[in-house]
Amino acid sequence: MENIIEVAGLRKGFGRTVALDGLDLAVRSGEVHGFLGPNGSGKSTTLRVLLGLLRAEGGEARLLGGDPWRDAVALHRRLAYVPGDVTLWPSLSGGETIDLLGRLRGGLDSARREELLARFELDPKKKGRAYSKGNRQKVALIAAFASDAELLLLDEPTSGLDPLMEEVFRQCVAEERDRGRSVLLSSHILAEVEALCDRVTIIRRGKTAESGTLSELRHLTRTSVEAELATAPPEGGLEALPGVTGLEIRDRHVRCEVDTDHLSALISELSACGIASLTSRPPTLEELFLRHYEDDLVSAGAAR
Amino acid sequence: MNATALAGVPDLTKLITRRERIRLPIWCYALIASVGGTAYSFKTLYSTAEARQQFADGIGKDPALAVLYGKPSDLTSIGGLTSWRMGVFGAVLLAVMSIITVNRHTRAEEEAGRFELVGAGAVGRHAPLIAVLRVVLGTQLAIGVIIGLVLVVLGQPASGAFLLGLSIAAGGWIFAGVAAITVQLTDFGRSASGLAFTVLGAAYLVRAIGDGSGANGPTWLTWLSPLGWSEQTQPYAGDRWWVLALLVAGTAALIAVAFRIAAGRDLGSGILPARPGPARGGTLLRSVSALSARMQRGNLLGWTIGLLIGGAVLGSIADSIGELLGSSARVQQLFERMGGQSGIENAYLAAAMNIIGLVVACYAIQTTTRLRTEETSGRLEPLLATSTSRLRWAASHLAYPLLGSALLLVVAGAGAGFAHGGRSGDLGRQLGQLVGAGLIQITAVWLVVGLTVLAFGFAPQATAYVGWIAVGVCILLQELGPILKLSHWVTDISPFSQVPRAPGVAVAAEPLLVMIGVGAALLVVGLLAFRRRDIG
Repeated sequence: MENIIEVAGLRKGFGRTVALDGLDLAVRSGEVHGFLGPNGSGKSTTLRVLLGLLRAEGGEARLLGGDPWRDAVALHRRLAYVPGDVTLWPSLSGGETIDLLGRLRGGLDSARREELLARFELDPKKKGRAYSKGNRQKVALIAAFASDAELLLLDEPTSGLDPLMEEVFRQCVAEERDRGRSVLLSSHILAEVEALCDRVTIIRRGKTAESGTLSELRHLTRTSVEAELATAPPEGGLEALPGVTGLEIRDRHVRCEVDTDHLSALISELSACGIASLTSRPPTLEELFLRHYEDDLVSAGAAR
Repeated sequence: MNATALAGVPDLTKLITRRERIRLPIWCYALIASVGGTAYSFKTLYSTAEARQQFADGIGKDPALAVLYGKPSDLTSIGGLTSWRMGVFGAVLLAVMSIITVNRHTRAEEEAGRFELVGAGAVGRHAPLIAVLRVVLGTQLAIGVIIGLVLVVLGQPASGAFLLGLSIAAGGWIFAGVAAITVQLTDFGRSASGLAFTVLGAAYLVRAIGDGSGANGPTWLTWLSPLGWSEQTQPYAGDRWWVLALLVAGTAALIAVAFRIAAGRDLGSGILPARPGPARGGTLLRSVSALSARMQRGNLLGWTIGLLIGGAVLGSIADSIGELLGSSARVQQLFERMGGQSGIENAYLAAAMNIIGLVVACYAIQTTTRLRTEETSGRLEPLLATSTSRLRWAASHLAYPLLGSALLLVVAGAGAGFAHGGRSGDLGRQLGQLVGAGLIQITAVWLVVGLTVLAFGFAPQATAYVGWIAVGVCILLQELGPILKLSHWVTDISPFSQVPRAPGVAVAAEPLLVMIGVGAALLVVGLLAFRRRDIG
């Protein structure tokens, strides 16, 4: 499958701060790609480079087969963007803003616009400055979803939306995928990414920490296993297994974490003792995420 | 006002002082240095009583100057000269300072949503207004006192010195009161300051008509304008302190009205309610140019009306301008030397057109810096994420400083032409002549715009500073240069001094073409840099 976004070794700094330090990112055509990272990790900078608003200092970025800086105008006809913090023109109504952004992009599906207004429960007659943060966000989202763009670039698009509207947003993204569009969804809301995304890229301090499908990522991490055995396991038998950590044995009760690659070896060892009950839980995205930022948390703790 | 209403005022005062730590000292320096510098120059240039008498009979009798700066009360002392030259001018500058600063810390804060953050603290409802008035009035009082001290150091009598300083400060106070009211009226900071500037423009014009009228004309109009009051304190010519008391009372009354209005409105809204807009974008709203037009049209309309009236007022005075000269033999001599009736009229009209050029330059910078505010507000980003190119967007806004300014100059010239031509019965010729005299100012305006765009391309953070400082320098050089006898290469820095002083002189094409060329080069280089730089 061809990649609709291809970024390799991207670098960008602002004065002394390094925002992107060799970032890699590949978004395949037709997928919803989660772009995860904490605040300040470089997500928005990446999107701005992809939009040709910022000039990369090093590395390569390709978007829809073109150069995001040089071919900005031509590429922008084929994409829609929702910024994380939407500012509207104070004297324009929401409806006017939606139409204007659509027209500047090259067209708007009128029926879909009406449908989205109803689903997001937005009053299009209010003036820009009268909208709350969530409603400003809706204006930008409706403009993007009602366009016929091939690619949606969404930068933390649900900030300010209430849970009901977040649900509408998820449905809309799913519909976009069903219509064959690609979505790059930058977020730090893990449940959202877990529910929507085919593949995920986790970034940390301007570098790619991990990238792949959720199951691939899970594969790289540990599964927690808890078992009640018929007989106590043989002394030293479980410790000797590769990939097992945090082993706790209390009589016939076993608890440990195991690298997902070595899960079957552990299970066969346990079943040799007779399994009375077994719980195995794959890592949540939260745990994946935290694992990458453990260092940061530890150093933040030490600094305190 | 009870203690809760005052809660948070000290902290907000500190916050405002912190945020203004660069701008306030610039205002202070500009005011004190120009008044002090003027007094010092008068002292060295016109050191003898005889030299001053000569000045009083010569430049002091120039009716154009009476219209522009106010009627001189006594030009035979250094203090009197300084107060004529800087009284109204200084008051206008401080009025501008008041309007900008009050607006920035009240309505603009509410509009940006920052006041909610502050207002959620233990802060009285009107604390921001109280705090900003404290800072503005206090700073202006200090400016007034320091001006007084400087004049005393320069050897002028103390009473007149402090009266002049405080009269200038009081011009600022009155308009702090005006701005305190206008920020209560509308939702938008931009329209609030527009309203206040309209009042300032009207006050200036009313005073100009009053001061430009001969003995039989409506000289009482001067008394209708607070700027006229600043002039009528007459420092060094009678020291009328009671007029200063009038200014203080006026300020207090305006501020009281502002608090009355503020008490009756909700946070974030004006008393004029916001109306809902259309649900669909009209067929006109199809392009980025249409969007810019929506944002700019109200402002341009306001300026057009203002300049039409301003041009008409300045033009209507032209015909009676000779009467201000009086009829002594010496004056008659001067009259002949200035080219008789038509010569005096033309010199006056040329000066008026020059002022109009500088005023239009303010419009041009206001609209040029819009490029930067659109960028920092975050509204540019979603536009550039559509198929709008950077140059196309920039062009949609630059149409206003480039072409809108030309329109304003034509309108002002036409206003002057109709008014003057109508009175002198020479409509056709005057109209053409004055529209032309107005329009040639555009070359200098474009040059200043080019400089600002250059900054926008290379040092975007400095855009507004570069633009306004450029206009400020032009105004100071233009207004003070001739009287301070500054050497030509200093005054020639201002592009406005390169514009031929039409009507009455043959307009050479060369300087105009050179300025257009330089302006265009600056503009193009600035835009190319903007195309290559990061947004945000």
